[in-house]
Amino acid sequence: MNVAVAKTGNGRAVSDLFASAEGRLPGSPSVIAARREAFETYERLGLPHRRIEEWKYTDLRALVGEVLPLAAPPDAAALKRAADAVKAHAIAGARKLVLVDGVFAADLSDVKALASEVDFKTLRETLEKDSGLLNTAATDAVIALNAAMATDGVVLDIADGAQLSAPIQIIHIATAASASTFTRSQVAVGKGARATIIESFVAAGAKAYQVNDAVILSVGDNTDLAHIRLMDDSPDAVNITSQFVTVGANTKLNFFNMTTGAAVSRLQGFITLAGEGSELSVNGVNLLQKTEHGDTTLVVDHAVPNCFSREVFRAVIDDRAHSVFQGRIIVRPDAQKTDGKMMIRALLLSDEAEADNKPELEIFADDVSCGHGATAGALDDNLLFYLKARGLPEKQAQALLIQAFVGEAIEQIADDNLREHVIGIAERWLERRQ
Amino acid sequence: MALLEVKDLKVRVEEREILHGLTLTVNEGEIHAIMGPNGSGKSTLSHVIAGKPGYEVTDGEILFKGEDLLAMAPNERAAKGVFLAFQYPVEIPGVSTMNFLRTALNAQRKARGESEYSTPDFLKKVREVSKSLNIPQDMLKRGVNVGFSGGEKKRNEVLQMALFEPSLCILDEMDSGLDIDALRIAADGVNALHSPKRAMVVITHYQRLLNYIVPDVVHVMSNGRVVKSGGKELALELEASGYAQFEDAA
Repeated sequence: MNVAVAKTGNGRAVSDLFASAEGRLPGSPSVIAARREAFETYERLGLPHRRIEEWKYTDLRALVGEVLPLAAPPDAAALKRAADAVKAHAIAGARKLVLVDGVFAADLSDVKALASEVDFKTLRETLEKDSGLLNTAATDAVIALNAAMATDGVVLDIADGAQLSAPIQIIHIATAASASTFTRSQVAVGKGARATIIESFVAAGAKAYQVNDAVILSVGDNTDLAHIRLMDDSPDAVNITSQFVTVGANTKLNFFNMTTGAAVSRLQGFITLAGEGSELSVNGVNLLQKTEHGDTTLVVDHAVPNCFSREVFRAVIDDRAHSVFQGRIIVRPDAQKTDGKMMIRALLLSDEAEADNKPELEIFADDVSCGHGATAGALDDNLLFYLKARGLPEKQAQALLIQAFVGEAIEQIADDNLREHVIGIAERWLERRQ
Repeated sequence: MALLEVKDLKVRVEEREILHGLTLTVNEGEIHAIMGPNGSGKSTLSHVIAGKPGYEVTDGEILFKGEDLLAMAPNERAAKGVFLAFQYPVEIPGVSTMNFLRTALNAQRKARGESEYSTPDFLKKVREVSKSLNIPQDMLKRGVNVGFSGGEKKRNEVLQMALFEPSLCILDEMDSGLDIDALRIAADGVNALHSPKRAMVVITHYQRLLNYIVPDVVHVMSNGRVVKSGGKELALELEASGYAQFEDAA
């Protein structure tokens, strides 16, 4: 394939995507220049395809084809629909920050309550002065595209020592069909702080839309951060999310991702353990059906000694769905006494379901304890028969075993309410199967 | 009244016939023992009655309370009152015993058109039943059979029997893997559940279980058929003379 794809499948010129959006993209002239440069990178690389190693199993050229035009800012009717979606998806007690079609919606958000504990700005405001937030690795086309096109996002600064009294929930709502949204958020958690951040992706009426989100998270020393991501986009949508995480010393970071939506999704996380003595727990569950394609790609980089990382992932794959898990643990030469392990298990519920698991270890230090495991298989017939012999119909017996299967990952969520919330999402997904 | 009628049952597993025309009638309230050497088809019979996949019935029928049992899915059989106590109960990590018991009991009740138990009502019931069987509460919080000893697994089967109140209990090699104390505890549980309406079919290789659960009728199985039936004294006779005499008869 050519290096530059000048036209998309619809005959639209790739450059139109940027040209038609440029006037609506926030930022000072220097920011716009940075965007243009990022877009040129994207144009040069084109959408990732199977011959790029990191994207081997998620060929966006085949699965997505083209990037849809930028969504228009939401009108009153869209905001009304979004308000209903907020009600349906808000987590009790959380302080909400809502983005509708890639634009921050102040009226749907709890800015005032939040401002008492956290310094909050929108990406739009931040970009008026500074293009720094757009500086991310430019070797990946979807990340470059995000830098070029990001319309809005939340920029949170949690001060040193802050003990947040309530979780913060960032809710992304799509109301516009056949359009793309590009969002980029930054969360900085200060030393000794304690916080819970939840991200939700949902649709309010819209079907075939595309989400390209980026999150830049820096976690200071001695902090305790829980980060939960719940991706339940429309079954026709595309969600590509890139997360860049830097973890300080003696910190506890507990991340959990739940994928229950989108025709094509990829969560790519780049996590660097940059301070000693930290504990990282990265877990997730992908529940995939029909022809859904769900990809979790993680790089955990142990850059310093004495850190501990655990990854527990479960994928449940029904019908003709396709699950991808790529997990890489890097242990740098200095990172002695690293303890890093990952385990991915895929459960195939149909003969046509597919799982690609690719765990990788790159170890450059000699005194470490690292391991990985990957399995794929069907439900155990003996367990199913035992449950049926006790009166459970087939689907209910399957549901109980699937709940147990995903439970091992969900159990890693420390907060009781959030864990119950996630269990509820899994239960509803299973009920839809019955 | 006949509860279970197995008539001239022929069963294959992967092209090989295991049961060659087995006939057995169990009436309400009776305790039957089925004895026989390894490979005689005892466990196959129990699996076919419970509806385990992998067995092909090529001839004959099984009636339960006059209805065609073979036409029912395993869960329907359970709801009608058939209970198989497994020789090796499976471990189900991640599913708490309590959640499993409630889901199963309510699924059976729903299938019978009865109201489902609310959580408090269920808890009350399960506490009563487990107390009467001396089953500690903390066992109910653990994953189904996970980390249970052989004796605990069998007691969990007896607990389910007590909770689901089936009219036919089939105990498949209940004595396997149990020491004598565990065996007595499990047998006491079974005896406590025997009633004029509830029949028991005890499948065993050894006579010793029948010291604790006293049968009304003893059947000897050999090579896929019942070759002799009699009273409880037949079990003692077998203990003395062994199964060899029947192997030729079959």
